[in-house]
Amino acid sequence: MATLEAPLVATPAPRSRRRPDWVVLSTGTVIALLVLMAVFAPLLAPDNPDYANILATNQGPSAAHLLGTDSFGRDLLSRLIYGVRLSLLGPALIILIATLVGTVLAILSAWYGGWFDRVVSRAADILFAFPGLIFAMLAVAMFGPGLVAPVVALSISYTPYLMRVIRAEALRQRNLPYVAACYVGGLSVRTICTRHILRNVMPLLVVQAALSFGYALVDLAAVSYLGLGVQPPTPEWGVMVSTGQSAILAGHPQESLLAGLMIVITVVAFNLLGDRLASRQKGTVRP
Amino acid sequence: MTDEPVLEVRELRKEYRVRTSRAEAVPAAGSALLGHAVTRRERAGVLVAVDDVSFSVSPGQSLAVVGESGSGKTTVARMVVGLERPTSGTIMVSGRERSWRHVSSRERRRRAREVQIVFQDPYSSLDPRMSVRASLDESLRLHFDWTRERRDERVAELLDQVGLDRRQANSLPKALSGGQRQRVAIARALASEPRVLICDEAVASLDVSIQAQILNLLSDIRDATGVSYLFISHDLAVVRQVSDAVLVMRRGRVIEAGPTASVLSEPSDAYTKQLLAAIPRPGWKPTPSNS
Repeated sequence: MATLEAPLVATPAPRSRRRPDWVVLSTGTVIALLVLMAVFAPLLAPDNPDYANILATNQGPSAAHLLGTDSFGRDLLSRLIYGVRLSLLGPALIILIATLVGTVLAILSAWYGGWFDRVVSRAADILFAFPGLIFAMLAVAMFGPGLVAPVVALSISYTPYLMRVIRAEALRQRNLPYVAACYVGGLSVRTICTRHILRNVMPLLVVQAALSFGYALVDLAAVSYLGLGVQPPTPEWGVMVSTGQSAILAGHPQESLLAGLMIVITVVAFNLLGDRLASRQKGTVRP
Repeated sequence: MTDEPVLEVRELRKEYRVRTSRAEAVPAAGSALLGHAVTRRERAGVLVAVDDVSFSVSPGQSLAVVGESGSGKTTVARMVVGLERPTSGTIMVSGRERSWRHVSSRERRRRAREVQIVFQDPYSSLDPRMSVRASLDESLRLHFDWTRERRDERVAELLDQVGLDRRQANSLPKALSGGQRQRVAIARALASEPRVLICDEAVASLDVSIQAQILNLLSDIRDATGVSYLFISHDLAVVRQVSDAVLVMRRGRVIEAGPTASVLSEPSDAYTKQLLAAIPRPGWKPTPSNS
């Protein structure tokens, strides 16, 4: 009897993934490398990113400067490596703030509904009608250029986007009987929202954060490109695309090109990862 | 055992405000439930889901509430556990008024120890990210001041009681079958040691063979714990098996009530007869005249 039952009862070990997912692995590796680059920039960069040498401007790749130099004779490789820092920090802050605020608002309005939900949803609609870039430009006009103003402005304009997606899922979860069972079981509203609803919207949250990261990076680079974000001598990809422009006509496109390439690689990595995670979630059996 | 009812419901009524446009006011499914005739567009109509329902359940008794979809039986269940607030009427649990004006966490926790519910769909009534043990333990931690060892012991006891293998304690719901999940849902409901267990179509979505197992299980649990049942069902064959008394509802009203045996063998109301005639049996043909 027992011997007969044993194989039937044995449940598969949870999360023993069958095959490695190459998309997740490769994009994850790219992102991890970028983060390592940001952290260890002083160790990795061959040169001081701010050291200008007017005798060696717009040079092509050489042993001394692996990727050449820009129009001020600064080492491009070093500038790209240092550039990872601000280029990733900005979007990371935006996504962190937007997901945090968005998730709290989303779960509260999914739980309480009523006027609170209506107010939050209408406010989100109004913000939706306002392009993030214009919002960021306004903020810069008011608070001056730099990292803070555009980051705050873009955080505000990304919040409704994340809020809406998460609210829909939280609302779906909230209406499932397991939440009713928790309520009847006497759990406090806070426990139900954090331990049950939040945990069940978490996978979606991660996907949305990854996807939005790419967009936030592009938006922030655009702000810098327009000269409204971080200011020129600072190594940042958006700034580099902008400052490299003048050299393009002179036949030295490397600065803009390389900075643009870094932006593309990063955005593509985040978007592919987000898309892949999203489709894997659809594949899993939902209750 | 005292004869004082453990659950007593008096003149329960539930109205829903519904906003109807003229298009919707044209006889559609359920429009018979509309209280007022809707004449103008956008006038708030009132849908009476439950109207003047009274019953009582003694300790260890099992009362079935039967009726077709939309008869208000599930609304009654939801009001008794506090998921809906009655428009009027009283709900008394163990002699204490529980009509649910007051929704503090503490009050809800106390109520959780009196009434629990098992839902119809075993696939969505368990948190998909929580193991069986975690689900049960969460309830035990909330209601009892026990040590970890004591709680683990109780989890094992509950699993035994609902006929689950202890090795399944660490599985997530997705690793379990429908019948097993329903057993977990029952164990979770029993964890707070309620006096009344409401089964809202608890076996309706299970295979017939599993249904029988779960019904037997419920009957064993009643013998072991003395819990009372409020059994919401549309299936008279199931009702016959589990309940001592039966309440037939239609359009929010009670149209017949009495001991199961007599209601099912000599129904006095035409609607009950119709329900009985609708039970599939050898030689049975679905009649075209439904409703």
